[in-house]
Order: sequence, then structure tokens, then C-alpha cells
Amino acid sequence: MSEKILEVKNLHTSFFTDSGEVKAVNGVSFSLEAGKILGIVGESGSGKSVTAYSIMQILAGTGKVVEGEILYKGENILNYNKNQMRSFRGKVCSIIFQDPMTSLNPTFTIGSQLMEAILLHTDRNKEQARERAAEMLTLVGVNEPEKRLKQYPHELSGGMRQRVMIAMALACEPDILIADEPTTALDVTIQAQILELMQDLQKKLGMAIIMVTHDLGVIAGMCDEVIVMYGGRVCERGTADAIFYHSAHEYTKGLLRSIPSASNMKEKLVPIEGTPINLLNMPKGCAFCSRCDNAMKICLEQKPDEMWVGEDHLASCWMNVKKEMQEKAGVTNE
Amino acid sequence: MSDTKNLVEVRDLKMHFPVKTGWNKTIPLKAVDGVSFDIKPGETLGLVGESGCGKTTVGRTLLRLYTPTSGEFRYNGELVTEKNMPSLRKEMQMVFQDPYSSLNPRMTVEDIIGEPLDVHKLYSSRDERREKILKLMETVGLNAEHATRYAHEFSGGQRQRIGIARALAVDPKFIVCDEPVSALDVSIQAQVVNMFEELQEKLGVAYLFIAHDLLVVHHISDRIAVMYLGKIVEIADADELNENPIHPYTTSLLSAVPIPDPNIARSRKRITLEGEIPSPLHTPSGCAFRTRCPYATEKCAQECPTLQDRGNGHQVACFNR
Ligand SMILES: Nc1ncnc2c1ncn2[C@@H]1O[C@H](COP(=O)(O)OP(=O)(O)O)[C@@H](O)[C@H]1O
Ligand SMILES: Nc1ncnc2c1ncn2[C@@H]1O[C@H](COP(=O)(O)OP(=O)(O)O)[C@@H](O)[C@H]1O
Ligand SMILES: [Mg+2]
Ligand SMILES: [Mg+2]
Repeated sequence: MSEKILEVKNLHTSFFTDSGEVKAVNGVSFSLEAGKILGIVGESGSGKSVTAYSIMQILAGTGKVVEGEILYKGENILNYNKNQMRSFRGKVCSIIFQDPMTSLNPTFTIGSQLMEAILLHTDRNKEQARERAAEMLTLVGVNEPEKRLKQYPHELSGGMRQRVMIAMALACEPDILIADEPTTALDVTIQAQILELMQDLQKKLGMAIIMVTHDLGVIAGMCDEVIVMYGGRVCERGTADAIFYHSAHEYTKGLLRSIPSASNMKEKLVPIEGTPINLLNMPKGCAFCSRCDNAMKICLEQKPDEMWVGEDHLASCWMNVKKEMQEKAGVTNE
Repeated sequence: MSDTKNLVEVRDLKMHFPVKTGWNKTIPLKAVDGVSFDIKPGETLGLVGESGCGKTTVGRTLLRLYTPTSGEFRYNGELVTEKNMPSLRKEMQMVFQDPYSSLNPRMTVEDIIGEPLDVHKLYSSRDERREKILKLMETVGLNAEHATRYAHEFSGGQRQRIGIARALAVDPKFIVCDEPVSALDVSIQAQVVNMFEELQEKLGVAYLFIAHDLLVVHHISDRIAVMYLGKIVEIADADELNENPIHPYTTSLLSAVPIPDPNIARSRKRITLEGEIPSPLHTPSGCAFRTRCPYATEKCAQECPTLQDRGNGHQVACFNR
């Protein structure tokens, strides 16, 4: 096993709003290994972005990590002071967003923004920083880098801006890159280019990536490990193969049934009935139970604990406990 | 093939928008530049292609939300014109991507669905109106108790159902669906896709189904048309197009679709397209795709290939494949 570079332990993040405490992230745990790609998947509102923002500590004003630990190489970054955190965000961990304009300032040229990031976080001089900026643009596949350095963000296409944002995030060679739906607004052909670029850069530079997306196709294409989230909680986590071929949570199974694929083109899709949960009104038991076809009495009453369901595969679903008990008792499901 | 059997026949449809490029100077933006296709009653034609290629404009031009620059549209054999469009309006409806902005949030569900009934005077008493509305709500899987609620109280999937109930109110035979599931979460998307399929089985309505998710389009469509910069480059039966794509653009588009299966994803060869779609204001001469095409030759710069039938209605516009 390789080195665990980031460990999130029992993370709870809430927003304190006028209508009450919104428990956006509710006991999330996972670890990220150096040089690996970890995917966080789930539908909108499941807490993916808030998990990412908690790591970067860029939560909106009313948001707060209320419990848990975030360990970088064993150190709890939640105890960092402002300076330590600034340096963490610059040198250790970078984030890119769905909308590149979140990170790019429309009033400055690409070059000055890239150089500023480089000057701030490395000990290069101005001349070296400029060289590095051009080098980074070449690395992310932006043609005519010298010309681009002098251009403003609005002069570039959506795909190009996304590349520039990646260049910016990687300029200081972080150990960890968090990508929050980086290709969701792009066409599939441009998405394919950007995802390929990210995989290439990962191999070249060796950083670890946390890929946040709602798209199971994107996850299948690039992730080593996967976390499936629902209602601010982790349903299951494990290797991509474990999640896709041996799903051990009713929500994951439901998701995989509901998307069109080569095998169900001639059949009706099997949707997950009902509507997503309201975080202000969380059920006592499993977050998914109101939409689960197999929900049992215990699912309504008690939150399922995470349990091992295979090598490198954890899931929080009472069905697994039931299965285990049946197997012990020698009952089969025929 | 007998022409009379088609519900929708589109021939060489063009929609050019005048765009100001300077003081006193306009040039045409060729959003749709000569598309032809047919749709049979009860059939679904999927329309795919990168954003900006003209899909929405095709749909809006068919419904005369725009006056086409040139070309023909026959509905049930009848040439659609400015004059007879009002009487055909009842036959053709449109469903939009964004259930949030296409419905008035201050109207109740009852009033939203009732509006087209009012416009076309499709009832003789208040009771009949109400009965029709409740029937429509049931058809799209909405709870009757929700009739008096406001649109803003509903989730995305439910709003999409309201939009569809409204489109169905006039009993149309042809619906242009413009990205109707794109804004929805996958679990909800499947509910709405199933509803479209069930409505078609029950009511025999034909769809022009526009979407950028090729897996969803494959699932719902009988045939699929692929657009690039205002032109259709390939049309075929849905399975045929997915299994045997011929046009280099279709091939690369399909190979870029993320497949939710790690083994397939790992073993698959991606045909990455270089560059991005050119500006529709300055389309390349000849075949518009040639600037990104690995097979482009001299001829492609001089002449624009037209759709040719390669057998079984599989039509392709390419010289070299
Ligand atoms: N600034 C905020 N104030 C209140 N609630 C918030 C805020 N940001 C996020 N939330 C809530 O947290 C939940 C999780 O959001 P998010 O992590 O953005 O979901 P996603 O999985 O789509 O990225 C959502 O239900 C959202 O309503
Ligand atoms: N009303 C309009 N006026 C001028 N240009 C338009 C108008 N509507 C669309 N366009 C342009 O026409 C092209 C095709 O747009 P659209 O049909 O919306 O594409 P798609 O739906 O495939 O994304 C785009 O370049 C778009 O900017
Ligand atoms: Mg998010
Ligand atoms: Mg469109």
C-alpha cells in the first residue's frame, strides 16, 4: 500500500441558516493515497462540493466544520492558522471549479495571473516566473502560449479557459488537485480532451486527484477509488471495480440501474422513485430509506454503520447485515 | 419509401441570423444551413451535436418561432407556412430544457396546464376544464392534490412533468423536446425518460428529441441525426449509428462519451478531436468539419459533401469514409 497523503475522518460540516442547521456533510471519512485518483460521486445536493470546500477551508460564511479531522501527512489541518492554511492552499492542495471564471480574474491577463500565483508560492524571480507560466500553458495544451499570456480570459473559449485554470492550479506543483465538476459545462469532445489532459498530467507530475462529479461515466473512466455520497453521508467506498461490479449499497445499485448503458438499451430504465431528501429534515435512519425499494424497519429507525463488504470495500447499508446473517444461518436467497 | 407516410418532412431548411459585425455591416450567422430529415408518426428522431451546432434553432424554426431563411417543412404532407401555422399550432408543441425558467412561478399548476386549453377553447364547462387538467396530471404522473400549488414549489423532475402536461393539453402529434432531461439528476432523469417513452406508446406522438447526452438519446430514439455547424453529417437507425458510425465526426463524438463501466472505459480507444468547433460566423469552405478531420483531403476544402444513402437509410455526408 502506498502512502496516505490525506485522511478525512468523520467530517461534519453544517451551514447555520435562518431556517436552521443544514447538515450538508454528515460523518464523511475517506483517505487519499499519493498519486491516485479518487472520485466523489452523488447527485446534486449530496455534499460533494461542501466536502471539497471543507478540505480547502473555503466554505461560505455560514458554513463550519463542526466535527472531525482532516489529516495531511498526519497533521490535522483544521488546527492550522491563517498563514499555514494559505501555504497549504498554494503549495499542497489546489482546486479547480466547473466555471473557470471563479478562479480567473476578468480584468487581468492570463500571464499576469499565472505569474502572480507562481511568484507568491515559489522562490522564482519575475523572468523565471514568466518562463514557467509559458511552460505551464504548453503543458496543458494551450497553443501559442506567448500570445495567450497577453490575452484576457474572455478572449478564450470555454475549453481553453478550463486548461488555463488547470495550469494555474498546477503552477506550484501541488501534491493534491481537487477538481469540482471540471467538465460538467463542456461538450463531450472537449470534456474528453480535458479528462485526458488531467490523466496525463497526473502521470507526469504524480499528484493525487480528488475528482468530484455527478457523472458515473467520468468516474469509471479515470478513478482508482470511488466514494458514493447521498444526503451528506458516504453510502459506500472502494475501488472502482468494487463500486461498479459489486455495488453494496441500494443507492449505488439504483443509480447504476437508472442510467442508460449498452446492456439496457432495449429495456425500460429502472428509475429511483421519489425525490431527493431535504437536509433540514433528515430521517432518523438511513438517508436513502424513503426511496429504497428494499427498506426494512430497521432502515427507518437506525443509521447503518459502515462495514467491510470486501477487500478495500466499505458500505453503510442494512441489506449487507441482513445478507450476512442469512449466510450465517445457512439461508440462501433462491 | 412512400412520402405520404411521413408526419414531418424537412427539406434543405436554412436559418441564417443577421449579425452586426460593425457599424452598418451585418453578416449571416448560418445557424442551420440546409438540413433535411423525415419523422414518421409515433417515431423519435434524436438530434445530437456539440453546443452551438444549431439543434435548438432547428426545433424553433420548425415551430415558426423563427421565420426560416429558406427551405421546406411539410407536416402531414401539407406545406407549413406563416398562414397555416396558427391552425397547426395545436398539432406541434415544444418542451424546454429548463423547467425553472419556462414555467411562470406565480401560476398554479392548474393554470399552467389550463392555459393552452383556454387559448384553443378545448372545453365547454369549468368542470370539463378541471377534469381535463386532472387527467393530464395523471398522465404525466403528478398527484391531483398538487393542482393548486405554484410551480416554484416543485422539484426539477416534477416541473418537467408540468411542462409536458402543458404541451400535451392540446393533444399534439409532434413534440420538439429540447434537452428536456439535461438539467435533471440521473435518478430523476430515468423517471422522465420513461415517461416520454410511455406517452409515445400510449398517445402515438412523434418526437424530435434534442439532447447532448448520447446514451439518453440512444435509449429513447428510433433514429439519430448528428449535426455539425448547421448541417446534418449522418443519420441512421439508433443502434446502427452507435454500432457502425461512418462519419469521422460521429465516430469521435461517440468515442468521447463517458461509459459508466470501468472495464469498457479502460479498454476503449478514444479518438480525440483536435481543437474546437469553429465560429459559425466563419465556417470553413467545403466540408465544415475538415479543419478537425483526420481524413480531410483537398476536395473537402472545395466541395461540401451531401448526405448519401449507404444502405438501409444510413445516410452520411463524407467523401472519404
Ligand atoms: N452556503 C450555503 N448555505 C446553506 N446551505 C448550503 C450552502 N452551500 C451548500 N449548502 C447545502 O449543502 C448541501 C450540499 O451541497 P453541495 O456540497 O454543494 O452539493 P453537491 O453534492 O451538489 O456538490 C446542499 O443541500 C446545499 O443546500
Ligand atoms: N436568435 C439568435 N440570433 C443570433 N444567433 C443565434 C440566435 N439563436 C442562436 N444563434 C446562434 O446560432 C448557433 C446555433 O445555436 P443553437 O441552435 O442554440 O445551438 P445548439 O442548440 O445546438 O446549442 C449558435 O452559434 C448561436 O449563437
Ligand atoms: Mg457541487
Ligand atoms: Mg440548444
